[in-house]
Amino acid sequence: MAPPSHDLRRAYKRPAISDQQRRRELALLRQSQHRADSHHRARQLASSLLPSSEGPLRTEQEIEPEVEPGTEPEVEPEARVLDAPRAAKLGGAEARRWFARQIMLPEWMIDAPPDLDRNWYVFPRPAGKRCFVVSSNGTTVSRLRNGSVLHHFPSSLPNGARTKDKSGPSSSYSILDCIFHEPDQTYYVIDMVCWRGYSLYDCSAEFRFFWLNSKLTETGACNPPSTYHKYRFSIVPIYECTEQGLHAAYSGVVPYVKDGLLFYNKQAHYQTGNTPLALVWKDGACSQYLLDTDSKGQVPSQQQVVLELQEDGKLTTSDDPPHVFGCFDRDFIQKSGLRPGNLLRFAIRDESVRLVDGKMEISDLQFVGRSNRARAFADSHSKVLFQYAARHSPLRIEDLFACIRSSPTDEDGSNDIEMAG
Amino acid sequence: MAMEVTPILLNAQSVDATTRKHAEETLKQFQEQNLPAFLLSLSGELSNNEKPVDSRRLAGLILKNALDAKELHRKNELVQRWLSLDAGVKAQIKACLLQTLSSPAPDARSTASQVIAKIAGIELPQKQWPELIGTLLSNIHQLQPHVKQATLETLGYLCEEVSPQVVDQDQVNKILTAVVQGMNASEASADVRLAATRALYNALGFAQANFSNDMERDYIMRVVCEATLSPEVKIRQAAFECLVAISSTYYEKLASYMQDIFNITAKAVREDEEPVALQAIEFWSSICEEEIDILDEYGGDFTADSDTPCFYFIKQALPALVPMLLETLLKQEEDQDQDEGAWNLAMAGGTCLGLVARTVGDDIVPLVMPFIEENITKPDWRQREAATYAFGSILEGPSPDKLTPIVNVALNFMLTALMKDPSNHVKDTTAWTLGRIFEFLHGSTVEVPIITPENCPQILTVLLQSMKDVPNVAEKACGALYFLAQGYEDAGSTSPLSSFFQDIIQALLTVTHREDAGESRLRTAAYETLNEVVRSSTDETAPVVMQLVPVLMMELHQTLEAQKLSSDEREKQNELQGLLCGCLQVIIQKLGASETTKYAFMQYADQIMDLFLRVFACRNATVHEEAMLAIGALAYAAGPNFVKYMPGFYQYLEMGLQNFEEYQVCAITVGVVGDLCRALEDKILPFCDGIMTQLLKDLSSNQLHRSVKPPIFSCFGDIALAIGENFEKYLIYAMPMLQSAAELSARAATADDEMLEYTNQLRNGILEAYSGILQGFKNSPKTQLLMPYAAHILQFLDTLYNEKDMDDVVMKTAIGVLGDLADTLGSHVGPLINQSVSSKDFLEECLLSDDHLIKESADWAKLAISRAVSG
Repeated sequence: MAPPSHDLRRAYKRPAISDQQRRRELALLRQSQHRADSHHRARQLASSLLPSSEGPLRTEQEIEPEVEPGTEPEVEPEARVLDAPRAAKLGGAEARRWFARQIMLPEWMIDAPPDLDRNWYVFPRPAGKRCFVVSSNGTTVSRLRNGSVLHHFPSSLPNGARTKDKSGPSSSYSILDCIFHEPDQTYYVIDMVCWRGYSLYDCSAEFRFFWLNSKLTETGACNPPSTYHKYRFSIVPIYECTEQGLHAAYSGVVPYVKDGLLFYNKQAHYQTGNTPLALVWKDGACSQYLLDTDSKGQVPSQQQVVLELQEDGKLTTSDDPPHVFGCFDRDFIQKSGLRPGNLLRFAIRDESVRLVDGKMEISDLQFVGRSNRARAFADSHSKVLFQYAARHSPLRIEDLFACIRSSPTDEDGSNDIEMAG
Repeated sequence: MAMEVTPILLNAQSVDATTRKHAEETLKQFQEQNLPAFLLSLSGELSNNEKPVDSRRLAGLILKNALDAKELHRKNELVQRWLSLDAGVKAQIKACLLQTLSSPAPDARSTASQVIAKIAGIELPQKQWPELIGTLLSNIHQLQPHVKQATLETLGYLCEEVSPQVVDQDQVNKILTAVVQGMNASEASADVRLAATRALYNALGFAQANFSNDMERDYIMRVVCEATLSPEVKIRQAAFECLVAISSTYYEKLASYMQDIFNITAKAVREDEEPVALQAIEFWSSICEEEIDILDEYGGDFTADSDTPCFYFIKQALPALVPMLLETLLKQEEDQDQDEGAWNLAMAGGTCLGLVARTVGDDIVPLVMPFIEENITKPDWRQREAATYAFGSILEGPSPDKLTPIVNVALNFMLTALMKDPSNHVKDTTAWTLGRIFEFLHGSTVEVPIITPENCPQILTVLLQSMKDVPNVAEKACGALYFLAQGYEDAGSTSPLSSFFQDIIQALLTVTHREDAGESRLRTAAYETLNEVVRSSTDETAPVVMQLVPVLMMELHQTLEAQKLSSDEREKQNELQGLLCGCLQVIIQKLGASETTKYAFMQYADQIMDLFLRVFACRNATVHEEAMLAIGALAYAAGPNFVKYMPGFYQYLEMGLQNFEEYQVCAITVGVVGDLCRALEDKILPFCDGIMTQLLKDLSSNQLHRSVKPPIFSCFGDIALAIGENFEKYLIYAMPMLQSAAELSARAATADDEMLEYTNQLRNGILEAYSGILQGFKNSPKTQLLMPYAAHILQFLDTLYNEKDMDDVVMKTAIGVLGDLADTLGSHVGPLINQSVSSKDFLEECLLSDDHLIKESADWAKLAISRAVSG
């Protein structure tokens, strides 16, 4: 009944909190921050169209899963704390970094997906410069894959020029994924990312293409150039990947130079970085650029790859997680003055290549030199593999047709597991 | 129907194990076969004055254990069992118990008191046994002192068991009257007076109304103060214990008694026996804590309608209080630094001085400085130690402006004393004081640094040297280094510690290997300091931290190899494993936080994981907790690659989730499931059936500590976010649980702060679950499966808003859920959302919030709703 007197003893010459408790609390803090981050990431796509609200929105860093850790170690935190509308207003290096991370990059088709005929679109890819076109606040800017500005121009895209025609708030912006085709000076729109401030990141390809086809022509962006519309925009013919569709895409006549075929999964969202839900395929008949050229525009006798040098000397692809093809030792790195993040060109001898479980291993990388400075990314693993196959046993158009014809009707067996408890 | 239990009860206390066991078995059978008869026999035994006191005492004890248990669910079972007993049986038992209070055997009386209180604790809240208090009070008027004493004791226990709300004021008044009369100096029996004083201690919580009445309060206070002057030491001690309890319960009613209390306590501190003097000091410590709380809460910004005003008792008593406390500092015991259980006048006085410093701040400094200056160079170690301890005690509270100039002068002296003072006591306290200097006056927030590039090397040299001193001094030196390192945690890319980093690590590792590192908590302190040094490391020193990894792995490996240990050795081994896992956890978290170091670190991942799995094979809760935390950090660093460890790790994860008893382990494991979800994403799917089963079991268990439940709900959200629409099959289990928990938590009776805090944690967990599930199903063709729950979720949000008692965290999560609902279910819920209060007033309020996070979530919700409503 009486108070046990030792309860009243207080910590004597002891810190009030134990380190164990501190470890626990720090772990909980880390977990709750990561949980908040996950929720944030899940919400970010839609948030990116918030009309420049007050208060910083941490969206940019989540939009882009780190495709290439270490490429830009110097990125200052402010540059990561941005939302898309602000990004549309960015200039200089910050904008370059931001846009360089926004493009969806198709993997190279190594094998035909089994559901090709049911779940995929196909279209002939225009030859040219892949770019992001952003129109807002009365101007239009196109940026290349590495983020650098290609053109700065007035256009008939929404808010793309300083005209009196106001169909919405001037701050609302549109973002198109395009290929600029030099010969006819036309932007061929291959995807729609945002339209009049409405984000399409989280919409299926099916919907995006539908929206693209119905909205683009309304604006007059497909009209010939004029004072307030410097470049023409055009859509590309998109086909269901049936036998007929594939045939039309492969052999059909288009007003542009073809550079292979693009395949888009119908359900896939617009995902930045490398994705297996968009695929590129080429052969000699539908592309002048089947085999990679070197810096002089020649097809080298040996296959060449561009890899990124990592902090620890590893030479990796642009995939996430990166695929390691080789390693430099420290001595060499020091002597050659190379730095982590450098993109380096290597030649590979055929006999040094092995394929293990669908992954490529190269026992002997021959260092050629640094790659073209304009490049922003190393090659992806699928590209290296595709290039290798193209030189040896390419995936032929006949194989694609065969795949469509032999497509099994339904093979997704249910593998649900019942709850034990 | 009763049975002769005396021999069995005596045999159950036999020295012979077989006899004992047999007797216990018989008692157990009897209880199982016929509980009413069993309880009747026991109460009969207890009340029978013919029976041996040993069997009576055990009979009472078994009765008591049949009414109460530590674990809540067991306790509830026993309560229900008692309530469902036949009324006649209960009446008979109670009569026996009351009768025992008059027994001449003190042990029997005392045991009966406790059993009566237990029954009262069960029955009074049910409005049963209404005559109990009256019966007890009528005993008070009996002349025999032993009956009076037993009755007062019973009233005391009763007040401890029963909450004040179930006793009406009239009875409270009578109880208090009886108790205070029993304490009165006119009471002839010392036993009665002691029992009454102890009973008052428990009855104080019932005296709210009486303390508000000036006359009654004056009377109670006078009697308590008189009891502090009783010739009996136990009564004096019990009376001071009452004063301590009054100081925290009725702080705001004390003003007119403080002068008297000061005189009484000062006399006791200076003249009385130690147990009494300690309580007298405790009174002032308790007043300090009250005032610190009040000042914390209001920040010194009082208005007439503040709940509890601060009376600044300490500030007023300061000129007399401080000298009294300083005197106690000179009454150290020779071996107090080695004896972990020691608690004496000097320790209590110093601790109180520290609390006084926190209460009054700068004002204490001029009162203590002369004492320090006078004693710090005296030949007697007691004077030097007391002076140093006084200095160390006042470092928290006064402003840096006031302390920094003094510390700058004292620092060199301290460093020299730590090296050269002949007394270990003085060195111990000096190292502790240095630690306090670094804790409170060093770090990125301090304007004028105490540690400069000039003195830093010397400080480190002294501390590292001191770590070779006797264990208690070395432990304090480690502690000082801990706070020194902590001050550099935010130092940025270059830390002044960098150039000494290797030496510091080496010195700490050397300490962990000392033969005598088991004494004075030295090994633990060394590892904890190592953790802090790692946390404060920078890019420059990352390679040194990396080198630590194989060293610690090897040590952990060695502990796992040790064979044939005695239980004592095994306990030590477990402790060491816990420390090593803790340290590895800190390292993983540190190195995993930067891409560069993470890749280099991951080369060790396989081996580390292997070691952790072996650690789990040892059954020790603390070690499991540490290893589990470390694995969570590893999963975060490894990302999806962690999947390769899952087959080996899964069984231990499940074990952790099943650990009801050591709920900390369970809680930590739940957190790690979250880590795994984020690291593995959909790769966690094959393990989800098992995990979800365990989590659902945990939630349904009434054995599991309630604090684990909110994180379990959050964990549902983590899982749903990771596996998306695959969460489908868990919906029918998880949703009803969320729904009923939501209903309970929305309108929880939240009278006290602690309950409200828990309720808000629970709400947050539920909301995080909803958020994760909604986001997980986003864009899935199965989104429709969530439609049936939408109305309920909205209703939950509306209720939360209307209750007006959620905290900022809940508000942020709740408004986010509104957005998630709109985002995932789109136009299907547009009309529902439009009808809700949440989408209007609640959203408006959040949009206008000053809290950036709430506003951000609200912006999101607004956007998602506008899309849902327009689409």
